[in-house]
Amino acid sequence: MISGITVKNRSVREPVMRWVFTVSALTAVLAVGLICVFLFAGGFPAIGKIGVLKFLTGTVWKPTYDDFGILPMIVGSLYVTAGAILLGVPVGIFAAVFMAKVCPKPLYGFMKPALDLLAGIPSVVYGFFGIVVLVPFVRNTFGGDGSSMVTASLLLGIMILPTVIGITESALRAVPDELYEGAVALGASHERAVFGVVLPAAKSGVMAAVVLGVGRAIGETMAVKMVAGNQTVLRAPDEFLKGVRTLTANVVLEMGYAEGLHREALIATGVVLFVFILLINLLFSALKKERTE
Amino acid sequence: MGKFTLCDVELWYNDFKALKNVTMDIGANEITAFIGPSGCGKSTLLKSLNRMNDLVEGCKITGKLLLDGEDIYGGIDVNLLRKRVGMVFQKPNPFPMSVYDNIAFGPRTHGVKSRYRLDEIVEKSLRDAAIWDECNGRLKKSALSLSGGQQQRLCIARALSVEPDVLLMDEPTSALDPISTSKIEDLLAELKKRYTVVIVTHNMQQATRISDRTAFFLLGEMVEYGDTEQIFSLPRDKRTEDYITGRFG
Repeated sequence: MISGITVKNRSVREPVMRWVFTVSALTAVLAVGLICVFLFAGGFPAIGKIGVLKFLTGTVWKPTYDDFGILPMIVGSLYVTAGAILLGVPVGIFAAVFMAKVCPKPLYGFMKPALDLLAGIPSVVYGFFGIVVLVPFVRNTFGGDGSSMVTASLLLGIMILPTVIGITESALRAVPDELYEGAVALGASHERAVFGVVLPAAKSGVMAAVVLGVGRAIGETMAVKMVAGNQTVLRAPDEFLKGVRTLTANVVLEMGYAEGLHREALIATGVVLFVFILLINLLFSALKKERTE
Repeated sequence: MGKFTLCDVELWYNDFKALKNVTMDIGANEITAFIGPSGCGKSTLLKSLNRMNDLVEGCKITGKLLLDGEDIYGGIDVNLLRKRVGMVFQKPNPFPMSVYDNIAFGPRTHGVKSRYRLDEIVEKSLRDAAIWDECNGRLKKSALSLSGGQQQRLCIARALSVEPDVLLMDEPTSALDPISTSKIEDLLAELKKRYTVVIVTHNMQQATRISDRTAFFLLGEMVEYGDTEQIFSLPRDKRTEDYITGRFG
């Protein structure tokens, strides 16, 4: 009997369910908290032992001689990320403009799922694509051995495309049609109206897309490791055909066999990476706030 | 001959016939008002005059629409048409950029590059739209920081910046307070000396106050068109009379 669910029964069930929801929500927050605690607890002692300055600005990474300078990796991460942004952002923005303002509907129905698929491809598959296609391409076109800063940038540039396109596209769609019409009514062509008015109006959304793209690029590990060469040498920007090692690659390459201070230094590398991600997230939420105001 | 000559204009949105057999002349340097209840086709007709209806999917138009004797829907360059026939919208739609850049957008679009010339155009346009005194000194400020009435006059200035012959206005004061409205009405009286103005309005007092000629629309049909005074004092058609005396709409 349906009426068998009595009032008494319900009065027990509701608080219980509320607890279930609350605990589920807290699990996620708890995970973040635990990661923070573990990371900082594991990394700070090493930074203390090595010395903050020596750790962050040291240019030599030779664990066997207790040399733990991660500047080459910090710089490597920055180079590779900057390269990815340089290549991926313009393409991404133009692609988003195409998707939102030019693309005929039938083509859109094909492109949108294709982009979603691009976002869902595992990074090791990207890495494989990098090894098989991009490394020989760079080797044959620019010289060097192919595993390099520029190869990693190229690959990351492709990997951040779905992020950049998705966010920029929704920012473009959020711009009121009245602005576009206002521009067209002045005699502006479609392109002029889109690039002169609609895109600038979506500026903060585009910035958010770039910031999230940076976050994705700097945190990427497997694909980068497979094509970047991974030398722990401090590179100058014009050595873009030589190999670099990123912070992420440093951890994943050596964690398997590291012990003692070496192991702690790798965790500390993770701390540095985490701080980068934290800054990027802060920047993103600041931009989001500006956008909603 | 009028500025615009319309002959048997019919317009469909897909299967819906929004305009039926509109034939009229719109005089130069006059203010022509389109009145009628919502959905009567007056805004649709207005948007046909600068082909903003091209943006609406499924919109089809037949008949002749001539501007200075030239077929608007013939081989004309649409962008140049819209430069000649400016438009002010119902809701103020300043671009989210500085006051200066709002006005300079149009001239820049049409190839004006010299800083000096742009400064000149910006000042002249703002003066002509009677908003220079309020904007001078804050040209670099965001246009969104202006009040609603100021934004609408900014949009008028923006429309004037490309030196059009005609100004189309789609209920330009319906989103504004009475003081801003009267400022814009005063401005229109000034503007008609140099421009042909076509205005869509819901407000019949406004039509009597500012327009020289009035056209009354109902269900896509132009019921009556004549001197504003005649339309409002001695309407020939019963339906016009019913509308202006407030029996419907």
